Amino acid sequence: MGVEGIGARVVRKEDKRFITGKGRYVDDIKMVGMTHAHFIRSPHAHAKVKGIDSSAALKMPGVVAVLTGREIVDDKVGNLICGWAITSKDGSPMKMGAWPAMAPETVRFVGQAVAVVIAESKNLARDAAEAVVVNYEELPAVADVQAAIKSGAPQLHPEAPGNQVYDWVIGDEGATDAAFAKAANVVKLDVTNNRLAPNAMEPRAALADYDAAEEHFTLYTTSQNPHVARLVLSAFYNIAPEHKLRVIAPDVGGGFGSKIFIYPEEMVALWASKKVGRPVKWTGDRTEAFLTDAHGRDHVTHAEMAFDANNKITGLKVKTYANFGAYMSLFSSSVPTYLYATLLSGQYNIPAIHAEVIGVYTNTTPVDAYRGAGRPEASYLIERLMETAARQLKVDPAQLRRSNFITQFPHQTPVIMAYDTGDFNASLDAAMKAIDYAGFPARKAQAKAQGKLRGIGVSCYIEACGIAPSKAVGSLGAGVGLWESAEVRVNPVGTIEILTGSHSHGQGHETTFCQLVAERLGVPISQVSIVHGDTDKVQFGMGTYGSRSAAVGLTAILKAMEKMESKAKKIAAHALEASEADIVIENGEFKVTGTDKAIALPMVALAAYTAHNLPDGMEPGLKESAFYDPTNFTFPAGTYICELEVDPGTGKTSFVNFVAADDFGRLINPMIVEGQVHGGLVQGIGQALLEHAIYDANGQPVTASFMDYAMPRADDVPSFNLSHTTTLCPGNPLGIKGCGEAGAIGASAAVINAITDAIGKNNLEMPATPDRVWRTIHAA
Amino acid sequence: MSTVKLTVNGKAVAVDVEDRTLLVQLLRDHLNLTGTHVGCDTSQCGACVVHMDGRAVKSCTMLAGQADGASITTIEGIAKGDELHPMQAAFRDNHGLQCGYCTPGMIMSAIDIVHRHGGQLDEATVRTELEGNICRCTGYHNIVKAVLDAAGRMKVSQAAE
Repeated sequence: MGVEGIGARVVRKEDKRFITGKGRYVDDIKMVGMTHAHFIRSPHAHAKVKGIDSSAALKMPGVVAVLTGREIVDDKVGNLICGWAITSKDGSPMKMGAWPAMAPETVRFVGQAVAVVIAESKNLARDAAEAVVVNYEELPAVADVQAAIKSGAPQLHPEAPGNQVYDWVIGDEGATDAAFAKAANVVKLDVTNNRLAPNAMEPRAALADYDAAEEHFTLYTTSQNPHVARLVLSAFYNIAPEHKLRVIAPDVGGGFGSKIFIYPEEMVALWASKKVGRPVKWTGDRTEAFLTDAHGRDHVTHAEMAFDANNKITGLKVKTYANFGAYMSLFSSSVPTYLYATLLSGQYNIPAIHAEVIGVYTNTTPVDAYRGAGRPEASYLIERLMETAARQLKVDPAQLRRSNFITQFPHQTPVIMAYDTGDFNASLDAAMKAIDYAGFPARKAQAKAQGKLRGIGVSCYIEACGIAPSKAVGSLGAGVGLWESAEVRVNPVGTIEILTGSHSHGQGHETTFCQLVAERLGVPISQVSIVHGDTDKVQFGMGTYGSRSAAVGLTAILKAMEKMESKAKKIAAHALEASEADIVIENGEFKVTGTDKAIALPMVALAAYTAHNLPDGMEPGLKESAFYDPTNFTFPAGTYICELEVDPGTGKTSFVNFVAADDFGRLINPMIVEGQVHGGLVQGIGQALLEHAIYDANGQPVTASFMDYAMPRADDVPSFNLSHTTTLCPGNPLGIKGCGEAGAIGASAAVINAITDAIGKNNLEMPATPDRVWRTIHAA
Repeated sequence: MSTVKLTVNGKAVAVDVEDRTLLVQLLRDHLNLTGTHVGCDTSQCGACVVHMDGRAVKSCTMLAGQADGASITTIEGIAKGDELHPMQAAFRDNHGLQCGYCTPGMIMSAIDIVHRHGGQLDEATVRTELEGNICRCTGYHNIVKAVLDAAGRMKVSQAAE
């Protein structure tokens, strides 16, 4: 490892612009003649749109246009799509209602847009929106998933009778039933996985510009995957063919999944920019983010786990109701199915699993992938079950886990996934040592003497990341391939540009991706730049989500590097009159091994571009590209242990210690990996203690600002004690598993297991607010 | 419309704005100082924090007119040329930022915290004081480290002056 190579804690190259206020986010961009959009959104959870009167608004100063849902439908802008097909157990395809970008007839959640005002300034657009009169006829609404499936519940879409999108199953029901029939013990648990609002700090924004002469659109947008946005806008929403549509995702202020999806606002901005013949900018405010960014989680689950007389798990049965909100968002269908139920084996040897997932429409904001996407729900369920089982079977929870760990790899679970490698004992050992697990009873007794209830909670998570290979996801219903692409350009002066289809919105790619180049070529990272986020520059890309940028995106860069290096070695060998096989690359030089003959990278690059003396038949230039599709998902795993105290008088929880031992395979930059874990842990802790996107029974959101929705603040969370164990991922040449989601996947169960241990009661739902904890302590 | 006269990052400016214009709008839209961000509209997240006459304020929650006659410092105004402010350097060195959106407000709040507390900062104090700045990326771990680190650096640089 060099000082800037793989494994080095290199400070981030991108930081200077962010710490000096020079970041360039979508809302920072201005265009000549730019107009501003303000959406008129439904205040009702379910209503007919009987009419829209914009006559008064159109007379107001600075108003350019008022455009409605009827017009966007009449102009044949496509309805929003769901890109992952799921088949119900009866063989029928999932049942979906249409989702137009603005509602022409019916609104189905509070915040759904019915019209947009385009004006000379943001304030004028907002003023005019007040003057637009929308005549609604209210319809009965339903927000709760279990209420929505009852007979007589308000119906959202005629295409989906009973509000049911699908009833999907996985696993062997007969084998599972047989395991339960023979079980020595059965552990049962009901859990709710609370709905969350992603809340990237930068609200979503779009700036669209139509060039009538070229019939070409440019869209600046807050996207995690600009090429996917272009593809969907082009192929499904009929905005423009791909070569007439440039999508740029500049600096993006966090995503966490919520910026994967192509939202109505981007579609409307593009369409409106052509209609009004001027650039149109929309920047959401925080309440719009709460109302329209895809939410996360929202499951209600009953699960049962069967054990034999030796406390070995013999079977698992799960039934989950997943709340999709009012429409099926882009990847929503996959989240509670292939990203959830396929992880229900956890870290454990479970011979038989059967899971049923019922996807349900409600009059709420659509739900889709949020950091972890299905895997936090699976991990939370399994780890709550294991803790419940340990209490019921009266065994140590760590020991119960250990005695059921998978220890032989590869391991085929009964729910599709084949775990490639891991060492679950190693991460459990590391976490137990870090928290002094053995010393806990003494600490608990000491806390008790001070009137505090102390608890410890273990969570052993596993996730499937990379969200590839393409063939596998295609066979499961994905509408896209999930490879990644890259291009390496060595300039004639020897500096290097890496063009990647991954997108950085906080992950630090501009540093870590350079570290691979430094590792391979021995050049300083200052000689390397990373280009991403622009469909006119980068050949293609599937973007960043599913902890995939290093495992898939960086491997694509490696593949392109290998091609480039191979050509450069030929050029070097030719120049040095040596055999290509004898050329090694060190410290930015191509050397003939065992001699002092060498040629520096810039000279090789220059030779490639002058092309005066290249090997016979070689093309000039030094630029290579690659598409990389892995052979399997990756399987990051680890153990989190949380120790905390509960004040029985107030129900308030205080952290004592939180340790994380993760196995992410090879780490490129441990500093950045730790940062990813910290952030994920706090999102998991936020879910466990604070966050909840709440609707009343009529579908009115009651947590639509930071005044009402409890975001984790600095004083709500502890500092963390992190460590790493390593088994290299065999599925990609760098051995990387991915680290972006782990914290959010594993943390919430550790917290709830610790609180329930402290208070001695097993049933506690998230978020475990002081009020809820106090009531649980004092419940009869 | 009114003319607001103020000093921004050491430069005297006079800006004609609608009376309802917020200070953050004046900075971003009229002066193109887009380092100051808007994250919530309800004075909760702190992405918009700037200094007014040396004190941290949330620029999304005051009218531009209220800053008439004041001296405003934004994230763009704290480095001395190429030399970063110790708080900026500490955020970089401690990986105290990821997406960078909350960072300008965090840094401006953090400088104010150190000024108010002098060298008497510990982790618990920093966490309590950062209550008005929300970060979704870092989990605060490295932000807290950065502020404590910068507190030491600022003391040293003050002593040197």
